[in-house]
Amino acid sequence: MKSSSQRPSPLGAFSARKTTLRLVGGATALATSMTLVACGGGQEAGGQFDGEVKVGILHSRSGTMAISENTVAEAELMAIDEINKAGGVKVGGKKLKIVPIEEDGASDWPTFAEKSKKLIDQDQVAVVFGGWTSASRKAMLPVFEAKDHFLFYPIQYEGQECSKNIFYSGAAPNQQAEPAVDWLLKNKGKDFFLVGSDYVYPRTANTIMKEQLKASGGKVVGEDYLPLGNTEVAPIIAKIKQALPKGGVIVNTLNGDSNVAFFKQMKAAGITPANGYSIMSFSIAEEEIAAIGPEYLEGTYAAWNFFQSLDTPASKEFTKNFKAKYGENRVTNDPAEAAYMMIYLWAAAAEKAGTVDDNKVREALIGVSFDAPEGKVTVMPNHHVEKRVLIGEVQKDGMFKILQDKGFVKPVAWNQFVPETKGYTCDWTQKRPDAGKFKM
Amino acid sequence: MDLLYDTLFNGLAIGSVLVLAALGLAVVFGLMGVINMAHGELMMLGAYTTFVVQNLFKNGPLETLFPVYILVAIPAAFVVSGLAGLLLEKTVIRRLYGRPLETLLATWGVSLILQQFVRSVSSAFAIGLVLAVVLGVLFPRLSPASLWRQRWTPLVGVGSWIVSGLIGIAVASLLGGVRVLDQPWFSARNIDVTAPIWLRGSLDLGALNMPTARLFIIALTAASLAAVMWFLQKSVWGIRIRAVTQNRSMSDCLGIPTETVDALTFLVGSGLAGVAGVAVTLLGSVGPNLGGNYIVDCFMVVVLGGVGKLLGTVVAALGIGVLSYVIGSGSLLLVWPAMPAGLNELVTFFATTSMAKVLVFALIVVFLQFRPAGLFPPKGRLVEA
Amino acid sequence: MPVLRGWKRWLPWLVVVALALILPAVLPPFRLNLLGRFLSLGIVALGIDLIWGFTGLLSLGQGIFFALGGYGLGMYLQLRSLAPGELPEFFGLYGVKTLPAFWQPFNSPLFTMLAIWVIPALVAGVLGYLVFRNRIKGVYFSILTQAALLVFFNFFNGQQKLINGTNGLKTDTARIFGDLVGSAAMQRNLFWLTVVLVIACWLLCRWLTRGRFGDALIAIRDDEPRLRFTGYNPTAYKTIVFALAGAMAGVSGALYTVQSGIVSPQFMAVPFSIEMVIWVAVGGRGTLIGAVLGAVLINYAKSLVSEALPETWLFIQGGLFLLVVTALPDGLVGWWTAGGPQQILALMGSTPVAPTYPQLDLDPGVLAEKEQLRSVGSQPGGAE
Repeated sequence: MKSSSQRPSPLGAFSARKTTLRLVGGATALATSMTLVACGGGQEAGGQFDGEVKVGILHSRSGTMAISENTVAEAELMAIDEINKAGGVKVGGKKLKIVPIEEDGASDWPTFAEKSKKLIDQDQVAVVFGGWTSASRKAMLPVFEAKDHFLFYPIQYEGQECSKNIFYSGAAPNQQAEPAVDWLLKNKGKDFFLVGSDYVYPRTANTIMKEQLKASGGKVVGEDYLPLGNTEVAPIIAKIKQALPKGGVIVNTLNGDSNVAFFKQMKAAGITPANGYSIMSFSIAEEEIAAIGPEYLEGTYAAWNFFQSLDTPASKEFTKNFKAKYGENRVTNDPAEAAYMMIYLWAAAAEKAGTVDDNKVREALIGVSFDAPEGKVTVMPNHHVEKRVLIGEVQKDGMFKILQDKGFVKPVAWNQFVPETKGYTCDWTQKRPDAGKFKM
Repeated sequence: MDLLYDTLFNGLAIGSVLVLAALGLAVVFGLMGVINMAHGELMMLGAYTTFVVQNLFKNGPLETLFPVYILVAIPAAFVVSGLAGLLLEKTVIRRLYGRPLETLLATWGVSLILQQFVRSVSSAFAIGLVLAVVLGVLFPRLSPASLWRQRWTPLVGVGSWIVSGLIGIAVASLLGGVRVLDQPWFSARNIDVTAPIWLRGSLDLGALNMPTARLFIIALTAASLAAVMWFLQKSVWGIRIRAVTQNRSMSDCLGIPTETVDALTFLVGSGLAGVAGVAVTLLGSVGPNLGGNYIVDCFMVVVLGGVGKLLGTVVAALGIGVLSYVIGSGSLLLVWPAMPAGLNELVTFFATTSMAKVLVFALIVVFLQFRPAGLFPPKGRLVEA
Repeated sequence: MPVLRGWKRWLPWLVVVALALILPAVLPPFRLNLLGRFLSLGIVALGIDLIWGFTGLLSLGQGIFFALGGYGLGMYLQLRSLAPGELPEFFGLYGVKTLPAFWQPFNSPLFTMLAIWVIPALVAGVLGYLVFRNRIKGVYFSILTQAALLVFFNFFNGQQKLINGTNGLKTDTARIFGDLVGSAAMQRNLFWLTVVLVIACWLLCRWLTRGRFGDALIAIRDDEPRLRFTGYNPTAYKTIVFALAGAMAGVSGALYTVQSGIVSPQFMAVPFSIEMVIWVAVGGRGTLIGAVLGAVLINYAKSLVSEALPETWLFIQGGLFLLVVTALPDGLVGWWTAGGPQQILALMGSTPVAPTYPQLDLDPGVLAEKEQLRSVGSQPGGAE
């Protein structure tokens, strides 16, 4: 509802002001919020626009995941703001203003399902952008499938999924985990220890990596999982020391708070790059480095599709705008970039389709390109995006030094290392009932 | 042998964090019978105090003293959390003595408010809050006395607080327009507390590798324990606290100010939570959810140890520490590699941090079947033990 | 309460039936679905009222039984949505080739119907018996139930290979009687089913609490040793009532699951179980209707507030906890029946309505005595 403010006001000040706005509501609690709900939406449409199109933004704005998801939501709002400033979405000769409807997933998977129902049924949005954890996506997926609506999901994930109703603008495993493992095998060693949070992404990613290592001559010497939010990592560190007494490769898929404990205590226990340990993380980006402290992470590696230090004009422009909007001390990262890009991809597809009708846009999306901060990205027939694969090393200043740029890699949804999905593929341009998963 | 030392050290390390975290809770629960669900959030306040102190030392004239900022943070955190606890006692818990279940729910409410408070607090927010409280407190003094002798006086009381609250919110929203004032102090993000360099390394003793942060926490725990013991056993107020614990009405008759004793106990307990908050910044992340990670573990320590016995708390915490480490790291397999396949499978099944937690808690529940009052039950002949 | 005669007695029921019939036509599907879910939470709240409001046992672990009921139905629907011989999709991700044995019985609808409430009741009964046998009570009981909750949470959360861990199980894409569970028509039927079950559970609780059984429960709450010395066996009563509350939580969880489309370990998260207690506290413990009202009201408020102002919800919720515990110990319904609104009116100057004998009821001396009695009564024996 706040989104209907007509002035393209600096969104930063605006979203920060929300806190206090929200307080006002707090006092008059229910009554206020009900009226707010009632009189939300289409107050002032006019201006230079011919109409509005509502889109849903569904991220955790409270709870454990708020830490990460706030940035993603901010990047999405920034993209929407930019598109609106440039005249909105132009479909069928009309200029439509994008009106984001924000909902809070509250770091709770059932809430994600509930709120997506609300966005689709109640607000009748054209599309929903949202999610971070795989668990939240898996919770939303049946809702979108049952209602045949569609969702953009901006985070790198474990693959093994190819829904007609979801577009994945983050990396599939072959655009992040697999090249990273290849690189580690070639440059760093053969003995791998896998550490992850105890939920679907790390579990599945590690399954894939184990198969890949089996196929390419590496060895898994141990693996362990920590409940989300748990900070007692002493047993894991002991296991790493037993399994890799003289150094080796550690692949870290921990998410959220546990990372801080993990890196602080690894450093204290002497498991550091200086002592021959190569640590590769898949969920540590610039934002997380700032929160953990670069001194704990210096010399460790990460694989992403975008780094703030990526030296291209588009990347610099993106970071500059983001800082201008949300503050000089902020950083951009891969999830923010993927979130930013997906808004543009959707807008481009709507313009291509000439309508914001979800089914038409969904078909038009395949083949759409956008000059994203990482370079020119294209939506593939399997609803994933062709992305640039980068491997970087954390520097003292909390930025990455890019060690390897593999260029653009096509996404693979069904993993080719895992026996259960080997030989399967996904192609939504094909008119067959099993287009989501069929034998090649 | 190395393995034994390793296990003992790591168990001690995990256990000492638990001791420190549960110590304040044990004092409050043992002496006052109050369940404080906001204990974890008081720890969080301690951790945030550490963050503020660290930032004071990071730049400016105090920069050379950065390596020892943590020594300043400890008393600071004790004071901040202690005062927050005192406020909590004076406003809420005081009304609920003798109703432990209600206290439990009320303090849970407080914990939610504290969590959101650190997420939302900004200068504008703080000004509005202070304004509302000042107005609410001052109103009875400034308004004509006749207002307070009417039949509808209760309504005036409630109304004046509502009005001052609304004024506070209005002012906060107005100030929120100014960007400088609207910047959240901490925001919902985790904050970065950097340990001084001497707490980031480790000491090697033979094959045993001891992180200095862990050693520091063990030392801090020992010191806190000694201080609490001394306070309760030797100091005048400590003796009064024990007297009130044993027989409240008799103490009251003998002239001990029981209300002050209650407040003091709560202040000490909360202050200890603050100290624990400093310690955990050395190990893990600092964010609004910090408290929730520790609270249930703390309760288990207190219940397992038996109420009112600090020794019980220590033994219980160390026991839980060693047990979680042994199970979680699967070191049983190293000691006894030739164990039967079935047992082996079982040990491996539980040899992850998350499953270790399941097993440890289940064991505690089983243990309490045999010793319902914990390791060191209080002696007494009451029906209501 | 005065005994209502004739049509007055049936009026509330007529209103309920009318609402149940009209609402699905009036409310948009999303809001109806929300209402159905919140009503199903009323059932778990009824169970909590039974054990806390009447028996004085504060369980912070009702989420266990709630989730067990949900998982029971979730597993059945998972299997139901498959072709014969197929495995639920997620098993493939973790390399599980055969259906784990404990899934097998959930192929049968009959077994599932029973399992939804029998399994939670059994778990609650065993847990309760072990705890009550040792006369663990008061806050110890609360903390133990919370610990048990955490055990179950960690187990379900960590066991990807058995029940899909954190992700939980989805139900929307299964079919019952040829209809998708997630479809609007099916959801409307489920709404009606929920209404019927809420009423059934309410009647059951009312029946239980009105008779000798209920008296025994209240006696346990107010003075357990005395009850024991009179020759009753409190352990048996407590175990039975705890198992009953567990069964109700299971039914509630199953209804909630089909209407949310997912069951996940989040149902066993510590805050959720504490929230359940708060619903009862706000509605009014010891008043059955208060439990249902509290569950529906708070959840609706939560849903609305978090749509508009997500960041304030924790402030509001925390404030509500404090307010209810300190100012309204008997909750909204308790406050209402104790004449709260009249007191406010009286403060504002209107003449108080005296129910029977004005001169007696409004006598300052009598009022003072009543007040005194009430303040003693609100602290049950100090025995907790």
